[in-house]
Amino acid sequence: MTGHGNTAFIEIQNVSKYFGDFAAVDAVSLKIGKGELFSILGGSGCGKTTLLRMLAGFETPTAGRILIDGVDVTELPPYERPVNMMFQSYAIFPHMTVEKNVAYGLEKEGVPRDEIKRRVADMLNLVQLGTFAARKPRQLSGGQQQRVALARALVKSPKVLLLDEPLAALDKKLRGQTQFELMSIQDKLGITFVVVTHDQEEAMILSSRIAVMDKGRLIQVGTPKEIYEYPNSRFVADFIGTINMFEGTVVDVDSDRVRVNCKDAGGELVALSDVPPAVGSAVCVAVRPEKIFISQTEPENSEDTRLAGVVADLGYFGNLSLYRILLAGGRIVQVSAQNRRRSAERFLEWDDKVFISWRPRSAVLLTD
Amino acid sequence: MKRRSRFILSVLAFGYAFLYVPLVSVIVYSFNDSRLATVWGGFSMRWYSALLRNDQVLDAAFLSLRIALTVATLATIFGTMAGMALSRFGRFRGRTLFSGMITSPMVMPEVITGLSLLLLFVSLQQLIGWPAQRGFGTITIAHTTFAMAYVAIIVQSRLSAMDESLEEAAMDLGGRPLRVVFDITLPLIAPAMIAGWLLAFTLSLDDLVIASFVSGPGASTLPMLIFSKVKLGVTPDINALATLIILFVSSGVLIAWWISRRAQRQTG
Amino acid sequence: MLWQRFTIAIPYFWLLVFFLAPFAIILKISLADPIIAQPPFTPFFDDDGSITATADNYTFLLTDKLYAVTYFKSVAMAAIATLLCLALGFPMAYGIARADERTRNLLLLLIVLPFWISFLLRVYAWMGLLNNYGVINNVLMWLQVIDKPIAFMYTDFAIYIGLVYSYLPFMVLPLYATLERMDLDLVDAAQDLGARPSQAFWDITWPLARPGVIAGCLLVFIPAMGEYVIPYLLGGPESLLIGRVLFDEFFVNRDWPLASAVAIVLLLLLVVPIVFLQRSRAQDEGRLA
Repeated sequence: MTGHGNTAFIEIQNVSKYFGDFAAVDAVSLKIGKGELFSILGGSGCGKTTLLRMLAGFETPTAGRILIDGVDVTELPPYERPVNMMFQSYAIFPHMTVEKNVAYGLEKEGVPRDEIKRRVADMLNLVQLGTFAARKPRQLSGGQQQRVALARALVKSPKVLLLDEPLAALDKKLRGQTQFELMSIQDKLGITFVVVTHDQEEAMILSSRIAVMDKGRLIQVGTPKEIYEYPNSRFVADFIGTINMFEGTVVDVDSDRVRVNCKDAGGELVALSDVPPAVGSAVCVAVRPEKIFISQTEPENSEDTRLAGVVADLGYFGNLSLYRILLAGGRIVQVSAQNRRRSAERFLEWDDKVFISWRPRSAVLLTD
Repeated sequence: MKRRSRFILSVLAFGYAFLYVPLVSVIVYSFNDSRLATVWGGFSMRWYSALLRNDQVLDAAFLSLRIALTVATLATIFGTMAGMALSRFGRFRGRTLFSGMITSPMVMPEVITGLSLLLLFVSLQQLIGWPAQRGFGTITIAHTTFAMAYVAIIVQSRLSAMDESLEEAAMDLGGRPLRVVFDITLPLIAPAMIAGWLLAFTLSLDDLVIASFVSGPGASTLPMLIFSKVKLGVTPDINALATLIILFVSSGVLIAWWISRRAQRQTG
Repeated sequence: MLWQRFTIAIPYFWLLVFFLAPFAIILKISLADPIIAQPPFTPFFDDDGSITATADNYTFLLTDKLYAVTYFKSVAMAAIATLLCLALGFPMAYGIARADERTRNLLLLLIVLPFWISFLLRVYAWMGLLNNYGVINNVLMWLQVIDKPIAFMYTDFAIYIGLVYSYLPFMVLPLYATLERMDLDLVDAAQDLGARPSQAFWDITWPLARPGVIAGCLLVFIPAMGEYVIPYLLGGPESLLIGRVLFDEFFVNRDWPLASAVAIVLLLLLVVPIVFLQRSRAQDEGRLA
């Protein structure tokens, strides 16, 4: 997976879409590089589908412009854009065979017959539906229908492929398989993919970069690692994975070390920040469950933040264990730990007294 | 929020205007003071009072209502039986013929149905002496015959769309098939039956051609009366009658719609 | 089960007696001669048991040019009315299917509402609009578009208006039912793949709407063939249609046998469309199953 937005293949410039007074998309600007597998992530109603439809040409922006490969496509209808879409409902034409479905776009282009046949056959082989050419859609399973939809969109060699919740309708096992197939196809063909999804796991696995949206606005754009480890707001921190958030007030700032008084934690927590906030401001210290150490003995490193609590609940998943630790003040902290050792050594049980600790740089300081 | 085609919107607007402008015009002119039905002479209610004093109209209306009530009830009973048979009884001997007989009355030109039934009644009279006088009885039989087809189709569609597992569950719990029909099936298709009843009522009330064929002297239904007047041209008292019927029917339909929407919202 | 047989038997028997058997009677009478008597035709079975039948009525029908022209005209008018209903009804059904849920219910209600209002009164309403002192002429003259009233009434044009007006709901409802079931994404997908809106319509919408189109057309064409009231009230002397012919032969000329023959020939013309309708409904049921 490539591109970090240096060569902006798709440029969304300050695009807004209003329906009456309601802003479905509010001043969104994005640059997507060529060959990227880019995801737009958000809950329902956040505007991601509207943004996708504007990329496809089914909606016209109220303000702003969209450029693809240097060309302003803002006013172009869908049939004139070098963009193809894979619909959430697949939208396979029920009255045509698989072959005719895939050939449809090429026929509209006026491509000669034999070339159509060849390209369709190649594409069907690529999505592993080579023997299904003469079947009708109602004879196919959900997963197979999706592959027809994919083949149909890809066979036109579009500059951009849009995918609307591609994995939503699949069961868990199929989802995993399809994820890797999508990535491999994208890698092979080098087409820029833009995926819209509400499933953060899906976005994290598939994408080279993710844009998180909420209420029509763009909240954060970055690689999966950046979004996960360095969320820029409470919303993003909470949306991706699980996180423990402690609200508090800034007590002291010492170069990049910020001390925050958090009532929940029953004391002061330390976090690192490049842009330290003002003393007295309300902030949030957030730390992921896997960054927290848990043990029955008091941790030695004095740098680390440490808190004392009791195991209120635990879940054993084989490869890891999830703990819910009850602190003195009544707050629950979620901790996850890999079960690295396989021994007769005693595992933690309910009501055990434990210490949880983490390094200062494991915590994120959130001001939004 | 799809892109609205301007063409589609204008066709829709034109279509609805086309449907409603005539009705509105009739209502407006029913208050026309002038005798010339379509030249405006001032606002007046005189045609309404004239209508209420017209015995001929009242008698015809009363006859039509009696017929319609009887027809609606009979058609609903027979039609529900037929709909159930077609939907739930699988393949039985003569099903194709039965199905054909159910769909045909809906589309058959009325002159043919009317003629066929009149000839039947005449032949029956020759054979067994009944019906001696054509009127209420013959019209009722004729209307029931084609109205039951409509009810059957409505009930059949409703049953086909309905999950059979409810009835199966009832039988699993020990209900005998016939009991299940009365306890489970009929209550569930009650809305369809009511819709069928209303439809049969309307069709009967409205029928002109078939009634003209199978009726006899002295039995004039409301449509027959209206037709005899209207043949001579537009008349103002018919405007008043038409307006009353339009308003009566419209409010009925709107109330029914409103009730069904409330019921849907409660269960939805 | 006994009660099941009972449930089938009652409507079955009723329909056999009051729907099917009469056709046999029409056939029988069509083979008779008209006489001045009550009833005004010769009996099928003579006193000695032999059968008197004559094909006179049919030969007359098939040789007299007037009848052939009338049958042809009825078929033609019904066909044109059907096409007009389709042209107006398809975009309406499409618009309703594409509307959001709340608007859609209201729109459907408004389509169905005129149907509940007396058919006769609705045709009557058009008389008021179309005649020389009617609303349309008044408005046109008031707008000074014309200075003499246009004779709309008693023309074929008026009949077409009446036919389309009365049968439009019968076209819109089955079309709507089919279009509503269609996945709206399909047209978007076609456009996304490079089809212009008109191409998307012919490639995708039309083939998928065909069952509804067939049902709607048959529901209009078949009854329109035998229409009596509309041509009578709105049409002129040259718009003689078969429904009127049948009625007049029966009530005016009192020639029951001839009227019966007219009916039988009309039925024969309709057999093909009716069978078509049956098969289309059966296919539709199978498709839904």
